[in-house]
Amino acid sequence: MINGADTAWILTSTALVLFMTLPGLALFYAGLVRATNILSVLMQCVAIAALLSILWLIAGYSLAFAEGTPWIGGLGKMMLMGVARDQVFDGTGLPETVFFMFQMTFAIITPALIVGAFVERIRFSAVLLFSALWLLLVYAPVTHWVWGGGWLGAMGVKDFAGGIVVHVTAGVAAIVLAVMVGARTGFPSQVQPPHAPWMVMVGASMLWVGWFGFNAGSALSAGADAGMAMLVTHVSAATATLVWIVIEWLRFGRPSLVGAVTGTIAGLATITPASGFVGPIGGLACGLAGGVICYLAVDLVRNRMRIDDSLDVMAVHGVGGATGTLLTALLMSASLGGVGHGEASSVGSQFLVQLTGVAVTAIYCAVVSVVIVMIVKATTGLRVALDQEREGLDLASHGETGYNQ
Amino acid sequence: MKFIIAIIQPHRLDAVREALSAIGVTGMTASEVKGFGRQGGHSEIYRGAEYTVHYLPKVKLEIAVNGDMADRAVETIAEAGRTGKIGDGKVFVLDLESALRVRTGETGEEAL
Repeated sequence: MINGADTAWILTSTALVLFMTLPGLALFYAGLVRATNILSVLMQCVAIAALLSILWLIAGYSLAFAEGTPWIGGLGKMMLMGVARDQVFDGTGLPETVFFMFQMTFAIITPALIVGAFVERIRFSAVLLFSALWLLLVYAPVTHWVWGGGWLGAMGVKDFAGGIVVHVTAGVAAIVLAVMVGARTGFPSQVQPPHAPWMVMVGASMLWVGWFGFNAGSALSAGADAGMAMLVTHVSAATATLVWIVIEWLRFGRPSLVGAVTGTIAGLATITPASGFVGPIGGLACGLAGGVICYLAVDLVRNRMRIDDSLDVMAVHGVGGATGTLLTALLMSASLGGVGHGEASSVGSQFLVQLTGVAVTAIYCAVVSVVIVMIVKATTGLRVALDQEREGLDLASHGETGYNQ
Repeated sequence: MKFIIAIIQPHRLDAVREALSAIGVTGMTASEVKGFGRQGGHSEIYRGAEYTVHYLPKVKLEIAVNGDMADRAVETIAEAGRTGKIGDGKVFVLDLESALRVRTGETGEEAL
């Protein structure tokens, strides 16, 4: 039966999660690039949101959530055929239309996150083709595995709001793209600093607020689970923000705004898989661990591995999501204020299940992403010409400029 | 007549303008410019990565003065513009061949 309160909250959450991408993530990313690439980043986010919404309706939703095999959903719900206006989504008090829309906003933000890997050098057509194929070949099946009745969910993997489904997949795809597209010309010593740190803060703040819908909405109900999910989400975000401030203060003598809000996002990504299973202590622990580990990961990927994952998608989202997924095994313990393990599982056994979920998803995502990038390279090509990269993608790809006198 | 080009710290612009007005300089042109001298730019750190910023923001003043006014104007710019730190800028003085006030057609020192 349709529950009005639950439906009202998920309608609200759907709006919040779309707001995370448009304009939250778009601004977060746009502030980090050169002034001559701001529009290209905004445009990539807008175009991904529009294109993937339609693909979600045509086939994505069905492949993720229609009845099928343990590996992939069926085609029974393409175009939402046969889904009645008042049909309730199984196991919830929600109309299926609302569940469809809520999940669609996740399908939008995940490929939009990957944009951070290839900004300032990618062809626009390559963004569209990659995102479309990736939605159908990576995002939809992995979502089915974890949330759509597939084999990882059956195995007992705990991923409340998308540590694996959203953040691990986006992070791994980002590394694949960063390597295969290649670094920005001049990386690492000659690339330019973020053109508008204030814009990064505005975007990150929108993500912080939107994340309440992302995590507390993933309860799929308006009640105790949503309440605690929102609480731990906020605690983790605040903790990780402080962690980055402290680290930068100690290391460089001056804490930066860009660093502080990057910590916020690291804390939010880390709590995502745990948010429905842990208590306040778990929120603090996710913020602490996610803050520290993601900070080290940024240094590792950029400065030691020399991979130009330009806006640190892997280090912040991938590593944060994986860290939170693994920590869930411990932090869900009843003694730490979590929901507790069932009789059949323990911290150790749950940890192995979580590790399997992260590892298998990462490997599958990496392999299929490589294939997709090869297809894109052979059709649209990946990079713009060198002089277009120097000129900036705003003018070269879109024929407009972000800042006119 | 002399033509003075002064590159100064942006935050000293008001002080320099007031000091020049006080000694009777009646006009100047100020532009926001970017450049570097011996300091060679500076570095900024974002997410632990160091970025070298080669060109720093400066203000360029262009002032045309009578020949007997030039030395005093240069001294005034130096005094009002000085912070004592690296990056205070430079002042250049050129001979000015001619000048014309567009509205009236006056030329030479009359036009300044």
